[in-house]
Amino acid sequence: MSMFDTMTIASSALTAQTAKLNTIAKNMANANTVASSPEETYTAQEPLFRAILDGQIDPNDASQLGVMVEEIVEVGGPARQEFNPAHPLADENGYIYKPDIDAATEMAEMMQASRSFQNSIEAINTAKQLALRTLTLGK
Amino acid sequence: MTAIDKALGISPQVLALRAQRMNLLSSNIANSDTAGYKARDIDFVAALRQAEQSQGRFDRTHSAHIALSGSVEQPDAMYRLPAEVAPDGNSVDPTLEHAAFMENALRYQASLQLLDNRIKGIKNAIKGDS
Repeated sequence: MSMFDTMTIASSALTAQTAKLNTIAKNMANANTVASSPEETYTAQEPLFRAILDGQIDPNDASQLGVMVEEIVEVGGPARQEFNPAHPLADENGYIYKPDIDAATEMAEMMQASRSFQNSIEAINTAKQLALRTLTLGK
Repeated sequence: MTAIDKALGISPQVLALRAQRMNLLSSNIANSDTAGYKARDIDFVAALRQAEQSQGRFDRTHSAHIALSGSVEQPDAMYRLPAEVAPDGNSVDPTLEHAAFMENALRYQASLQLLDNRIKGIKNAIKGDS
């Protein structure tokens, strides 16, 4: 239990939010990736966060808190079918398949993730200043 | 408890509790996007009272043992009563947590300043000058 735990906790949030930003970037990049069948179509992904509660990681340290990425799950609905016989990837019936990704939703998620990232950065900065002042106690 | 510990007053315990509260609040901020997470906080006044009372909880079995002060037990964290809960079960209000974090940091600095002044006073008393 120390001042530095705050930095560990906040940095766990930075790691988690970075994972979220990465999956969002992956989703956005693949929003227009076309495939010849629904199975081959890209599916939107999203990290599942889980809180690290007291003593879950290190049972000897009851103070450990924070957040971790439990797994990256596939969200997104079924692929959207589009009739486009001229497309080189069209199947025998003339259909191509596009992933079900909403750019607006992804953008909103991205804003939220970057806000959370900023909040944790600020927490780390405050903790750093307090720790520095504590170290110069009595000087 | 030795005289020098008494001279420092309650500030060491306050600082230790403030640091623990800061951990809880930063955990709330870190989990502002975690589904099902419930924001937690400590009742500071009750925790400080408890810390004061548990001062002499380590029995000194030898006269040369030094009493432990400035350390506190992990206070009981309680769930915050949320104004609203997100559909995914998350009860963290980021603005409230942010304000509480900043307030806690300021109060930590205030206690730090008090402790600093006391230490300087003791130093002056020992040296005898100025």
